[in-house]
Amino acid sequence: MDRRVYGVETEFGLTHRPETGRGLPPDELARYLFRPVVEFGRSSNIFIPNGSRLYLDVGSHPEYATAECDDLMDLIASDRAGERVMHDLALAAEERIQRDGFTGQVYVLKNNVDSAGNSYGSHENYLIPRTTHFRRLSGILLPFLVTRQVIAGAGRVVPADENREAHFAFSQRADHMWEGISSATTRSRPIINTRDEPHADAATHRRLHVIVGDSNMSTTTSLLRYGSTDLVLRMIEAGVPIDDFELENPIAAIRQISHDITGRATVRTRGGDDFTAVEIQRGILQRVSRFVTERGAHHERVGDVLELWERALEAVETGDYGLIDQDIDWAIKMRLVQDVATQKGLGLGHPRLKQIDMAYHDVNPHRGLFHLLARRGRTTNILTEQQITRAMTTPPPTRAAVRGEFLSTARAYSAECTVDWVHHKLTGRPLEAIMVKDPFAPHDDRVDSLLNKLGDRRSALQERSFDERSQDAVTVALTDKYSLVTGTEAPEPPLI
Amino acid sequence: MSAQPQKQPHRHGGGDQPDSADAAQLQGNAQAADRAAELDSLLDEIDTVLESNAEEFVKGFVQKGGQ
Repeated sequence: MDRRVYGVETEFGLTHRPETGRGLPPDELARYLFRPVVEFGRSSNIFIPNGSRLYLDVGSHPEYATAECDDLMDLIASDRAGERVMHDLALAAEERIQRDGFTGQVYVLKNNVDSAGNSYGSHENYLIPRTTHFRRLSGILLPFLVTRQVIAGAGRVVPADENREAHFAFSQRADHMWEGISSATTRSRPIINTRDEPHADAATHRRLHVIVGDSNMSTTTSLLRYGSTDLVLRMIEAGVPIDDFELENPIAAIRQISHDITGRATVRTRGGDDFTAVEIQRGILQRVSRFVTERGAHHERVGDVLELWERALEAVETGDYGLIDQDIDWAIKMRLVQDVATQKGLGLGHPRLKQIDMAYHDVNPHRGLFHLLARRGRTTNILTEQQITRAMTTPPPTRAAVRGEFLSTARAYSAECTVDWVHHKLTGRPLEAIMVKDPFAPHDDRVDSLLNKLGDRRSALQERSFDERSQDAVTVALTDKYSLVTGTEAPEPPLI
Repeated sequence: MSAQPQKQPHRHGGGDQPDSADAAQLQGNAQAADRAAELDSLLDEIDTVLESNAEEFVKGFVQKGGQ
């Protein structure tokens, strides 16, 4: 597909650290965090004006699902906007906790494991044509995803256990994958989830749901992660023959690879060959490069993706991590951990280094270690502050724009409504509910005429400025785009 | 404007902190001294933002399982 719809769902870790004693339990803390969400949308599971979804998931994890994006930079901006929303909510929660007579700081971590071995995810969605042969797709995609951690993992300080001393691993998530492909999510986590809810015309599309990825802090790592996966999917969709790397045991392989930072661990294919992760990635990258040469680049970041992909593989292969220690999360984090370990004479098993691993993912821009490194120019950044704040209020130019406009307009007229990825319904006009099945459509005439029934929008609605919106709210993402011009009456719903 | 990802590999490592005596004498080591100073300042800043009891922080970070 030349244009593809992407989305990413991030579950965040959440903790409260009082000055003394234990913090609030997770569900109570989550309630504090989501109070402004409930105040805004009367539920802890809502779509917000920028088209994204904000909710409390299984296990009281705050979760942010980006709006559907058809551009990688929009996707990365939308994901980072989610981090900001969580940070804003955390500050408000901290204040409220203090007003209620407690102390301490609230931490929202965009990582994937806690210290008790619980894991929570960063799930990617890619819209693919229904015609794609799923067995062929998984045969090619699984080995790619199993080895993708060496170019896009977030890195992890693994504490010592009975089998091995403390060490640094490529991935947060690798040890928590239990199956190659299945429809389960919590019971047994598969790398590719086959739950087929396309949120689009199911006759032409399906949604590929990948749950193996680590949450990324670095924008360049995000670009490589989504950009490389999109390129591999394009090749599969085009029917290009690709070397067979189907693995004998993908789950054993993903762990072996993660725990050998030298990149020398080999994994066996069904054909009986042994390859390193770099060899498999390189095989795929060579094919992708040839594909791009033959067919041309389909977006302006393709060159950057290929260049960073190659550089990351070279870094792992040669051990020259300086090649990527500003660009790829695991290498950025490893450099930091090593710097601290060397300076303070700490072994990798020291809790300070595990703390640094966690604090790297702190979404607080003043306290989080990734952000601290970024301020000091120790990371490469491809996103501006403006792009992030804009994404907090403004949907990308896809169906998300229809949803955002629908929500914002209904709210301005105080008309109750329900929306999800596909549906748009004014509660007062239940028979006129509209499904928008095309996720690329930034505009829908039917939704427009439905909204026109609320009143003359042009004269009644006034768009509020960013400054106005950010003044009175916990987070600008939970503010209304429009105000109703004084003197305008909210319309009466029709009698049914 | 957004910056492009870096095209040129940059090389540096943790092992280039010179002895202070050498740094004063050898040309080119001034840069290494700058880097060492920058690293010191980075680590100091990290100490100010991290909770001082690392072990308690790590142990306290326990979630319910997610997806």
